[in-house]
Amino acid sequence: MLIKKPSDVRPSEITSPEVYAKRREFLKAAAALGIGAVASGPAGALVKPSGSGTPIPNVIDTAYGDKLELTEYEHVTTYNNFYEFGTGKSQPAENSKDFKTRPWTVVVDGECEAPGEIGIEDILSSIPQEERIYRLRCVEAWSMVIPWVGFPLSSLLKRFKPTSKAKYVAFETLVDKERMPGQRRAVLDWPYREGLRMDEAMNPLAIFATGLYGELLPNQNGAPLRLVVPWKYGFKSIKSIVRISFTQTIPETTWWKLAPHEYGFYANVNPEVDHPRWSQASHRIIGAGLFSSKQPTMMFNGYAEQVADLYRGMDLAKFY
Amino acid sequence: MSAAVLPDRWLRFVVKPWVFVLCLVPFLMLAYGTVIGDLGANPLERVTDVTGQWGLRFLLITLAVTPLRQLTGMSQLLRFRRMLGLFAFFYISLHFLTWVWLDQQLSWGNIVADIAKRPYVTVGFAAWLLLVPLAVTSTKGMMRWLGRRWKSLHKLIYLIAPLGVLHFVWLVKADVLEPVIYGGILVVLLVLRLKPLGGSRQHRVGTAFKGSSANQL
Repeated sequence: MLIKKPSDVRPSEITSPEVYAKRREFLKAAAALGIGAVASGPAGALVKPSGSGTPIPNVIDTAYGDKLELTEYEHVTTYNNFYEFGTGKSQPAENSKDFKTRPWTVVVDGECEAPGEIGIEDILSSIPQEERIYRLRCVEAWSMVIPWVGFPLSSLLKRFKPTSKAKYVAFETLVDKERMPGQRRAVLDWPYREGLRMDEAMNPLAIFATGLYGELLPNQNGAPLRLVVPWKYGFKSIKSIVRISFTQTIPETTWWKLAPHEYGFYANVNPEVDHPRWSQASHRIIGAGLFSSKQPTMMFNGYAEQVADLYRGMDLAKFY
Repeated sequence: MSAAVLPDRWLRFVVKPWVFVLCLVPFLMLAYGTVIGDLGANPLERVTDVTGQWGLRFLLITLAVTPLRQLTGMSQLLRFRRMLGLFAFFYISLHFLTWVWLDQQLSWGNIVADIAKRPYVTVGFAAWLLLVPLAVTSTKGMMRWLGRRWKSLHKLIYLIAPLGVLHFVWLVKADVLEPVIYGGILVVLLVLRLKPLGGSRQHRVGTAFKGSSANQL
C-alpha cells in the first residue's frame, strides 16, 4: 500500500555517511574545476542543475543537519514563494531569470554606532561561508530540507555596532518594478519587510544565506542575500535584502500587516497553534509524492533545544 | 431565430462523444501525471488545484448554456447541459475526495473539525453537498418523477456556484485575482438571466420550450 504510517523519524531522513561524503567530495571537485553542475541529490537521486551555476569557493563544512535527507535541487529551485516574481509557485523561477544581482549593496542604519553600506562581494570575500543543512517549514504546511551556504547574522550585524537601544532588527527587500515584475501589482505592500528581535537575530542558528547546494543562490531563492531562520515559518526568511535597520520598537512586517490574525511577528513553527487556513499539527514533505502521509510537525521545527530559551515565559498562543 | 441545427444523429453519435472526451482531458492529464510521477514538487497541491478549478469552470460553463442559447438561438446547446453539469460534479467530487483521502488521510475527526473551523472548508463542503442531489436527480426518470419540483431543486445551482467562488476567494492568501475573475464571470452569467439581451423574454421562453423538454433552469 502506498500510504505510510507517520513516525517521528523516517528511515529516509537518515542519509548514509557514504552518500553524504560522496556528495561533499563531488561539490568540492566541481568547485575546484570551476564548473557549474554540482548538485547531487541523496540516495542517488539525479538532480538537474538549473540554478545560478556559480560554485561558492572554500565553503566550510558544518555538522548542521547532516543527517537530514535533502530535498531535490529541482524542487528547491522551482517551487518557491517569492511574490516579487509572481504569486504562483513556479513563477519565481520563470520570471527571475534575467534578474541582475550585481552590483548589490545593503544599507545598514538605525540604532547603531557605525551605520553604512556593504556590497555583496565584500560580504562573500570577508566573511567565511559555511554549509548549514536546515529544515524549512512553510506556513502552508509543507517542508523542505535545504543545504544552505551562508553565515551567522551576528557576524555581519556586529560590524555595524548596534547600540543598547537596538531591540529589534528590520529587513527590507528591493523594490524595482522593472526588475521584479510581481511588484507591478499591489498584491503585497512593497517592499517586503520582516524583522527579528535582537536576541533572535544573534542566535547562532539564524543565518544570512548566499547560496544553496554549494552554488550562489539562484535568483528565485532570494539572491544575492536572504535570511534563513529555521525555527520560524518560511515567510520570515526575507529574500533579496537591501536594507537592515536596528530599531527600538517592533518592526511592521509585510504578512502581519496584511492579515495580523494569521501571521504574527514571531511566526515560530508551533504544531499547537493553528493558522486559520492550515492546521499546523502536521505537514507534507516536498518530494515525498502524492500518496505520502503527512509528518507530525515539531515544536520550533525541531530546533527547540537551541531556541526555546528565547521564548521562556512567553505565551506562544498570544505571541504567535 | 435562424441558428444552425445539426441532424440529431450527428449530435448524438459524433458531437456529444467528442465533447465528453474533451471534458475528460484535465482528468486524463492528471492521471497521466500521477502515473509518470510528474505533478511537480507538491503533487497534492496540484491535484487539489486542478480538480477544484475545473469543477468551478464546469459550473460556470453549465450556467453559460442558457444565456448562450439565448444569444445564439441554438437550442441544441441544451442537450449538453446535463453532461456539463455532471462533469462539474465529477471534478468537484474528485476535489473533495483528494482532500478527504489524500490530504486528510481519512482521519474523520480532523475532517469534521476542519469543516466546522475553517470557513472556506465549510463553504466548499456545503457546495459539494448541495451538488449531490442535483447529480442524483439528473436522470430522465428522476426528471419525470419530480416533475415541476425538479426545476425548483436544480435552482440550487444559483447557490452552489457563488459558494464555489467564495470558497476560492477565502482560501487564497493575498492574490485574489483568479477567484475574482471567476466571480466576475459568474456575475455576468447571473445578470444575463435577470435581463435577457434583445427581444422579449416571452418570446425567448417560448422558443426555449419548443427546443427542449422541461429540463431548463
